[in-house]
Amino acid sequence: MAEMKAKNVFFDPIFNNNPIALQILGICSALAVTTSLTVSLVMCAAVIAVMCASNVSVSLIRNHVPSNIRIIVQMTIIASLVIVVDEFLKAFAYDISRQLSVFVGLIITNCIILGRAEGFAMQQGPWLSFWDGLGNGIGYSIVLIFVATFREFFGAGALMGIQILPLASEGGWYVPNGLMLLPPSAFFLIGFFIWALRVWKPDQIEENEYEMSPHRVREAF
Amino acid sequence: MEHYLNLIIEAVFVENLALAFFLGMCTFLAISKKVEAALGLGLAVVVVLTVSVPVNNLIFNQVLRDGALAWAGLSDVNLSFLGLLTYIGVIAALVQILEMFLDKYVPALYAALGVFLPLITVNCAILGASLFMVERDYDFGESVAYGFGAGIGWALAIVALAGIREKLKYSDVPPGLQGLGITFITVGLMSLGFMSFSGISL
Repeated sequence: MAEMKAKNVFFDPIFNNNPIALQILGICSALAVTTSLTVSLVMCAAVIAVMCASNVSVSLIRNHVPSNIRIIVQMTIIASLVIVVDEFLKAFAYDISRQLSVFVGLIITNCIILGRAEGFAMQQGPWLSFWDGLGNGIGYSIVLIFVATFREFFGAGALMGIQILPLASEGGWYVPNGLMLLPPSAFFLIGFFIWALRVWKPDQIEENEYEMSPHRVREAF
Repeated sequence: MEHYLNLIIEAVFVENLALAFFLGMCTFLAISKKVEAALGLGLAVVVVLTVSVPVNNLIFNQVLRDGALAWAGLSDVNLSFLGLLTYIGVIAALVQILEMFLDKYVPALYAALGVFLPLITVNCAILGASLFMVERDYDFGESVAYGFGAGIGWALAIVALAGIREKLKYSDVPPGLQGLGITFITVGLMSLGFMSFSGISL
């Protein structure tokens, strides 16, 4: 690969190589924390911070780590960073830290972070690694914010806790769609997000293993 | 006994790690194309969860918990901030030990699990179950039951999804939805199905 530009490294993961929609990385937390927009924003900030810091630190020590213990070293770096973020949230945003419950801790096993550390930061310098971490973090955040906006808006008629649509139970007209606050809706929304993204960028479409013969289909009806 | 049975049933159906808490999603989506592979991975997850949750429970209660070190004269030491680092270390070590043990004594199972065993270290279902155990303050017996039930639930979900996907590849899916997109929607429908179990208790 030719010389990589910081700009490409930064912008590529946002839509062209989105960590959630294309690399299938970091999906667990993307689904679980998206019932409210505020919580998702905090989660995004935490993931971006951990990812940038871990990419830079892994990249700085990449030439000094024997390759057979690298995973343990990376895990230790990531776990220490996550502990810092966790303690920080407990100190300054206690309510949100309660709502995120175990999912801050689960940033450790968030495959985006380990995946980027292993796949990018081990080969590249700290400067590019920083931009790669930021780009992937933002690509991840876009999906999270998209899903959270839909779920909170239609599920509770509110955004960031501010009531936008007046609820029927309080004399307004909007009957909230309770399904939006339940787990299945997150799967549907991400499925549709991927669909929309691939209609826009057709080169991301996966090949079907078995192609339907058009003739047969018509005969069947 | 009834209490433990109830805990297992709840962990398998109502609070299914994969379908209600979205844990272990990456492996869940990546390794669910073939039923056999899904079965192997599911089995490995059951074993690791049944061992790692109780071990982490012992470590948390005997060492890390606020005031747990009182027997050593350190009654005001609270090490619970080291939790995350400890659990992931314990899980990584357990997976390594399990791998060596199976390789020596049960080679057939070792060959069947293959590459999935080391992959489990970074499966968030494992760490997630340990964190839920701490958050819900289970005692040792409860944590054995919870670990086992959570593993069974996860295995059940991945085998069911693999079964659906094996049939799904013969169907005519719109181009943009092929692959990952339709898988997400399928998992959403499965999750809807599992929601009908909510409220079950013995």
